[in-house]
Amino acid sequence: MGDTIWQSMQKKGYSRRDFLQFCSAAAVVAGLGKSGAAQVVSAFEKKEKPAVLWMHFQECTCCSESFIRASHPIVADALLDVLSLNYTETLMAASGFQAEKSLNDTIQNNKGKYIVLVEGAVPTKDGGVYCMVGGKTAESILQTVAADAAAIVAWGSCASNGCVQAAKPNPTGATPISKLVNKPVINVPGCPPIADVMMSVVTHLLVLGQVPELDNQGRPKEFYGRRVHDTCYRRANYDAGLFVESFDDENARKGYCLYKMGCKGPVTYNACSVVRWNEGTSYPIQSGHGCIGCSEAGFWDNGPLYQHLTSFPGFGIESTADTIGTAVGVATLAGVAAHAVVTNIRKRSVIAEVHAEDQKES
Amino acid sequence: MATRVVVDPVTRIEGHLRIEAVVENGVITDAFSAGTMVRGLEKILMGRDPRDAWAITERVCGVCTTVHALASVRSVEDALGISVPPTAEIIRNIMLTTQYVQDHVVHFYHLHALDWVDIVNALKADPKKAAELAQSYSKWDKNTASYFTEVQDKIKAFAASGMGIFANGYWGHPAYKLPPEANLIAVAHYLDALQWQKEIVKIHAVFGGKNPHPNYLVGGVPCSINVNEVAAINMERLNLVSQLISQADEFVNEVYIPDLLTVASFYKDWAKYGGGLSNYLSYGEFPTNGYNHPEAFKYARGAVLNRDLSTVLPVNAKDQQEIKEYIAHSWYTYDGGNDVGLHPWAGETNIKYAGPTPPFESLEGFDKYSFLKTPRWKDNPMEVGPLARLLVSYAAGHADVKDTVGMVLGKLNVPVGALFSTLGRTAARGIDAALAMIWLKEFFGQLMDRVKINEVSTFNGEKWEPKSWPADAEGVGLVEAPRGALAHWIKIHNGAIDNYQLVVPTTWNGSPRDAKSQHSSFEAALIGTPVANLEQPVEIIRTIHSFDPCLACAVHLYDPQGRHLHQISFE
Repeated sequence: MGDTIWQSMQKKGYSRRDFLQFCSAAAVVAGLGKSGAAQVVSAFEKKEKPAVLWMHFQECTCCSESFIRASHPIVADALLDVLSLNYTETLMAASGFQAEKSLNDTIQNNKGKYIVLVEGAVPTKDGGVYCMVGGKTAESILQTVAADAAAIVAWGSCASNGCVQAAKPNPTGATPISKLVNKPVINVPGCPPIADVMMSVVTHLLVLGQVPELDNQGRPKEFYGRRVHDTCYRRANYDAGLFVESFDDENARKGYCLYKMGCKGPVTYNACSVVRWNEGTSYPIQSGHGCIGCSEAGFWDNGPLYQHLTSFPGFGIESTADTIGTAVGVATLAGVAAHAVVTNIRKRSVIAEVHAEDQKES
Repeated sequence: MATRVVVDPVTRIEGHLRIEAVVENGVITDAFSAGTMVRGLEKILMGRDPRDAWAITERVCGVCTTVHALASVRSVEDALGISVPPTAEIIRNIMLTTQYVQDHVVHFYHLHALDWVDIVNALKADPKKAAELAQSYSKWDKNTASYFTEVQDKIKAFAASGMGIFANGYWGHPAYKLPPEANLIAVAHYLDALQWQKEIVKIHAVFGGKNPHPNYLVGGVPCSINVNEVAAINMERLNLVSQLISQADEFVNEVYIPDLLTVASFYKDWAKYGGGLSNYLSYGEFPTNGYNHPEAFKYARGAVLNRDLSTVLPVNAKDQQEIKEYIAHSWYTYDGGNDVGLHPWAGETNIKYAGPTPPFESLEGFDKYSFLKTPRWKDNPMEVGPLARLLVSYAAGHADVKDTVGMVLGKLNVPVGALFSTLGRTAARGIDAALAMIWLKEFFGQLMDRVKINEVSTFNGEKWEPKSWPADAEGVGLVEAPRGALAHWIKIHNGAIDNYQLVVPTTWNGSPRDAKSQHSSFEAALIGTPVANLEQPVEIIRTIHSFDPCLACAVHLYDPQGRHLHQISFE
């Protein structure tokens, strides 16, 4: 069976000091802070590399692509040393029945101990014929792998919420994983989720042997507890009423707030403006485009991308998904303008101006 | 005796592909390529804002991220007569060349290499000899004996603990020809490429905010340039891009291309197999004087028939007689009957699954066997992809393309004819990446020149507002994606999408046969290929992987009511 993380690091020629540094970094990634390192050391020394199955259903593989962009740890080290990824159609060497053998052997030999990561929604219409692997429906495969899984993670918005194939009129009956299995599912939404968020959720499970604390939509609070808007570096522009009026206008070139360009940051819970993308390189707003809200359930049907929110719930940074709910967009919000977001007089007047402009246009 | 060999899932591709091959006396005599997943994105696009279509269609595929977004914004701009500012066009070219380079490197090492490289055999290598071999053809500073020893130890430890993603491969199959040292070098670079690929895509994050799925914009690009502002594209951002380009240049020219040539030199017999079709299609790419001037593209637009490199035939995606889709062997029906072909403007998407009830063992005996439709150009089956666009540009006399093709053929000491094969397709992808790398540097230089003279407009907003649009408009967005010819056809009515059709590279290559029983590329390329061991059909995998299939792209249609998509309006 598999080595412990420490054993495999020894085999690679890492020193004890390297190992402790790795644990310390992993602890920070897992949200434990430096003081949690001792706990991590103990976890890595005791545990064998757990078996992991990565399933692919109705998806575009952007979650797999995102995962391999992880920077700490890098994915090569994760694949060789942290987990035993025994099935993933994107990267595995085996094809055909040899691939199915890897899947079946893992289930048989690790009952109750393996982790299932699901990329993609599952089509349920017409007997499930809209996604088949090896002549079996996605739904039947999901039930087989889920039955003896220790934990199930739904990668991305497809597995968490259905995403684009579940957008109206949802032609194939694309269904989120949590609606199909009788087990708790950790939802890690986003299209795709941020690479290091994915790696951190896996590390959280493997290092702590625990499910991270989840909100009422099954999302780890660690990364989905704050709105993009509340942690955005352009937030001060919003508060001051400084808005981009048209792409690449003078205000865009000064990096003003993209609220009027349809930014969904105010109704989107994600870590983009804190963790950022691609090893902290940027995030959509930093590169001039509004947030499209890709981690919220049903975001494709929350109104056109470039139509700004008429209003949004919540009164500041203290609000969480648990208290106010999400997935609210243009259409559903038309009636709640009176509840507008206001923390100071200046902002109140700015919002009023925006609404007035809106009414003029329509 | 004929045996039907089934490979499902075909792994190390994007999406869900099933191959059934009929093998007689050790040779494939017939093949069936089946796409087994469908999502219905064209139906979902109906009635939406055309300016949003890039985001929805980008989600067709996360491996070929960006290319559908680009095809989509081009289709809308074509329909509405929007011209994109030159600086925005340069940034789009930088995004797409970046995608070519990243995608091809990942394909070679992570999706294709294990068909040629025996990872278990690498454990027998002498790391010192591996270093000598690698240093003989590359200046990459990690090619040292100590580094190869470290990698070998890592793989040893990994093998002892169960092999993970490398379990149950065809290791030890006599079709693997590399010496242990070459295997070890390739395995080391597999890991290096995995680490490097996350770097180059930071270029997408700089201009598009994230990768996968960076942001695009009808009329330009969403980022603004201001070298006197911290919250815009400034010198820090441009320096980052410049550095990432230098790193990519080193990786492509000191690691990928040398490894490709080394691996290819041991597999020259694969220049005999997998040639398949004789017809090649390219839409052309990398505008240097606007999207409407294909004569100034880096890659030429056109078609080559019967491998006749003396003639490039013109291609017009708007001519309803040229590109048509057939459904004779696909899980769809047409009102006009099973055998007619329809231009995407007149496309119908009445799905009718007519395969076996799952779970099933075989598609044998089922006349219809795939969710892919079958596209044809003037009723000819066409191969698309890096090989096709190189051949079209070669035939069109593009000097930079001819030079790079000639250089690679010279190093391998093989004639041009060797390109018409599985090996040729894999080599062509490397040539394509080398060219994209040259052009990426050139486009970045152009961007810096424009920044210097403050010509930095990135957005044309003249027709941003739907009230400035005509009641009816139609357009086509053509892109040469890394995997080949990609097109989006859009019809706009009263500011909303009235019809949207995509015909993508893997639909051309991976589709079932047409009404005249003409095979598409995958099936044609498999026929005639020997299979030594029916239990380990590595030969099938090699040829299929040489196309770099992307099934999520290829299958996207569905209308449960069986109506004509172009007649549906959105409530």
